[in-house]
Amino acid sequence: MTRQLMLVTLAAMAAATPAISEIAPTAVAYTEGKISESLTGTPGDPVAGLKVMTTNALGNCVACHVIAALPDVPFQGNIGPALDGVASRYDEAQLRGIVANSKLTFEGTFMPAFYKTDGFVRPGNAYTGKAPEADLPPILTAQQIEDVVAYLVTLKE
Amino acid sequence: MREHMIKTLVASAAFGLALTGMAYAEPVDDKLVIEGEEGTLELVTSTKAPDHLQEVMDTIYSGWHYREDDTRAMQKDDFDNPAMVFVDRGRDLWNKAIGKNSESCAGCHNGPESMKGLRAVTPRVDAKTGKLMTIENYVDACVTERMGLEAWGWTGDKMKDTLALISMQSRGEVVNVAIDGPAAPFWEKGKEIYYTRFGQLEMSCASCHEENQGLFIRSDHLSQGQINGFPTYRLKDAGILSAQQRFVGCVRDTRAETFKPNSDEFKALELYVASRGNGLSVEGVSVRH
Repeated sequence: MTRQLMLVTLAAMAAATPAISEIAPTAVAYTEGKISESLTGTPGDPVAGLKVMTTNALGNCVACHVIAALPDVPFQGNIGPALDGVASRYDEAQLRGIVANSKLTFEGTFMPAFYKTDGFVRPGNAYTGKAPEADLPPILTAQQIEDVVAYLVTLKE
Repeated sequence: MREHMIKTLVASAAFGLALTGMAYAEPVDDKLVIEGEEGTLELVTSTKAPDHLQEVMDTIYSGWHYREDDTRAMQKDDFDNPAMVFVDRGRDLWNKAIGKNSESCAGCHNGPESMKGLRAVTPRVDAKTGKLMTIENYVDACVTERMGLEAWGWTGDKMKDTLALISMQSRGEVVNVAIDGPAAPFWEKGKEIYYTRFGQLEMSCASCHEENQGLFIRSDHLSQGQINGFPTYRLKDAGILSAQQRFVGCVRDTRAETFKPNSDEFKALELYVASRGNGLSVEGVSVRH
């Protein structure tokens, strides 16, 4: 195999399986609600995480949580606790577990699980109101979870 | 009407911004006194919760209390209430000889005022058939059986115009749907649906409208989800909505596969949610955002 062909092959593999070391939603190991290991092995990007948290179609965390550090983000909701200082209350493994499936940390919580694909009652295809035609993806990708966690750990008191 | 809506939109935006960081907002302390053609009418928009809700809340509030000043004002004057257009259309339809043999609603039922009181007690179980009947079910039975027409769409214009007209005849009557006797199994089913956490977001009606009433999801001030005001003119949709049509939107927003209007599930849910408003006034046609 020529060097060029090998590079092309590697690139094609990378495109087809973008996260070869990614942990699938159903394979995540929780310990008392915590996830110690990164879901991707790739460090999260706090800037990308902030975008996920403040974009309606992505995480939309500000729908329910105030982040006073972001005064320019309008219409912050108040159903959940404010996130300022959250990294002083929880460590990274706890935060990763809470974002992925908070119900394993806070029983019965209102907060949706952002990295979960089964166990739902009448799940739909995103916001179409219709049944999904294929396997349900998690609300956020593994890397988006890592990005959100990377932003959250900056919110120290 | 257009000017009103623009003012309302601007007011909503400013209101939402002002709320950032606010912990909780009480239902607005205000009275709904409506100026209409036949004088003024004061509606009951808050009262003691019905017995079956005593364990979860003391007071029930119409969704009217959770809306902005301009939106509330629109409902205080029939001239400003955009839903009245649909009531008028419903009246025209009521009088029209639309049936296969030129039947009209008025031909059998006389004026629409003969429907006074119906909105306050539906959904209800029909004594003869044992079926749970919404107003739409009654309309559908007339349209298909007595008038010999194709069924109207459950959320189509004709159905909702007629619903608006019939609902208006009960404005000011106190909601009092039966939850016992033959209604009990339907009510229990509706209650189960109300507390089931649907969809990928795993949210029930109660998650928002019972446990978090008064708080905000983004700019949305969470009401108790009462349906005494339905059908309602929804500014966001620039149209009139039935209660079950709103249920579709709510369930969809939990990333769930919704139920359809007139499904057994949504009919049962309509009965249950209506019963949570037993004691509030039927608002006829309301205005929300």
